[in-house]
Amino acid sequence: MYAEFGTTLDLETNQSLQALAAALRARSLPWVRDVVPALCGIAVHFDPFHPELPASVLEYFQVLIEEAFKSASKFEGSGRIVEVPVCYDLEFGLDLKEIAEKTSVPLEEIRKRHAKSEHHVLMVGFSPGQPYIGGLDPKLSVPRRPTPRTVMPAGSVAIANAQTAVYPYETPGGWSIVGRTPLRVFDPAREPASLFAPGDRVRIIAIDKKEFESLL
Amino acid sequence: MTLRILRPGLLTTVQDRGRFGLQHLGVVPCGAMDPVALELANGLVGNRRDEAVLEITVLGPEIVFESDTLVALCGAEMEARLGGMPMPANRPVLVATGTVLNARRTTLGSRAYLAVAGGIQLEPVLGSRSTYLPAKFGGLQGRALRAGDVLPLVENVAALSAKRYESLRNKKDFAGLRTVRTVSWSAPALTLPAREPIVIHAMEGRHHGLFDAAARRAFFDATWKVTPDSNRMGFRLSGPVLARSEAGEILSEPACLGTVQVPANGLPIALMADHQTTGGYPKMAEIAAADVPRLAQLAPGGSVQFARCTLEQAGELRRVLRQRVDSALRSLAWDFRK
Repeated sequence: MYAEFGTTLDLETNQSLQALAAALRARSLPWVRDVVPALCGIAVHFDPFHPELPASVLEYFQVLIEEAFKSASKFEGSGRIVEVPVCYDLEFGLDLKEIAEKTSVPLEEIRKRHAKSEHHVLMVGFSPGQPYIGGLDPKLSVPRRPTPRTVMPAGSVAIANAQTAVYPYETPGGWSIVGRTPLRVFDPAREPASLFAPGDRVRIIAIDKKEFESLL
Repeated sequence: MTLRILRPGLLTTVQDRGRFGLQHLGVVPCGAMDPVALELANGLVGNRRDEAVLEITVLGPEIVFESDTLVALCGAEMEARLGGMPMPANRPVLVATGTVLNARRTTLGSRAYLAVAGGIQLEPVLGSRSTYLPAKFGGLQGRALRAGDVLPLVENVAALSAKRYESLRNKKDFAGLRTVRTVSWSAPALTLPAREPIVIHAMEGRHHGLFDAAARRAFFDATWKVTPDSNRMGFRLSGPVLARSEAGEILSEPACLGTVQVPANGLPIALMADHQTTGGYPKMAEIAAADVPRLAQLAPGGSVQFARCTLEQAGELRRVLRQRVDSALRSLAWDFRK
């Protein structure tokens, strides 16, 4: 079940969704598996075979969301700043040249504009710990690639649709790669397992290949 | 208290019902591709429905049981021998220490589930024993099983297995072997493809209207083939190219088990157990939850047609399937209580 509250990237809407998610989770319904606040909507995943599942799930959710909206408190962001070293060498930034052609922004300027953008984590999803980071410099706006790569190297920092994502693992993906971070984005044995959480601010530190290797 | 892998097969992983509650951090649910077969296999050996089992894909493993163990093989039909004789499927089987299961190729369906009494006792990661291959966690070191792997079972598996077997009705010896005993009844297989193309019910997706009229018709009219690059994350389908009526990007949003998304190349992908938690390709359809396990049993090269259904019909399919699984399990529960 997915409820949409907007169709554009909007920090304020996004932050109220984090509060709504917290209020929904606080209900602890036995047949609800996951509450996922997204960029501008919220998904509730349920166990389709749970014996206590209400007969009319959709109507139940409508009431639930209205109630949760009333009880939700204001969300002011996590207050955290996550520093992310990124190496923009062509060896890692596999699509930098293509982006330069599409946007007519020279390579060096792409690197600078990307690192300096006002980054905020709007959503974590796709694969474990993968952040969708808003605030990309508008000059770097490119669409998704027509055919997704079957393998994105782990640590790839990629852009599409006014956002940046960091791919924690080797997974398929359709965004354009600008660089790579040596950081471990997700580690199930670490507390917290995810480096990023919705509401975090992100500061990118451009590094060279030597620094990249020393941070691995 | 262990079982040992002699030959791993094509892709044998530890799976339970899945890892839930962390999708907001991008943690993929995973779990058995065919949760109905998982539930039946667990039920047959007296386990809770979500205990960890082995998911066997297309080519089966060779396994030696290192203690007396009550086991059940459900899901895909396969050429499998136990102590040298064809293994009875869909029923509880008590094997003696040292017995070897030699599973070969699936003959109907593509995923079989081997449950053992008490379940596979690996340490859960983030609340589940399911293996998540791309991120290399869960199951056994986050990977597919290899020759020589040893999987821990419950401490008292021999006593537990003997007790559970004793409580079953209509026991019988098996093929004159002393090392294998079973029962004279079996549970139904509820998810196997009777004949292809299989028919899978699906609702129109959120972005159905973004496709042109021909594409909207073609999705429900065409016969789709599961391509060889399909995996636990998604089934890539080949068939007519589905064109959009207008170009343009949509924002990434949550995706779900059974979501059918269409990337710009126009070829749909049905999201399966290891599906991404969010995605930005338009959603042509959402497969009815009750039909996802049947789709999961389709091997690469298999064919499928989608039949349009409403949210209410999908709910009804779900209730019917739940009743069929429950009634299969109820008679077993009665046996185990005796």
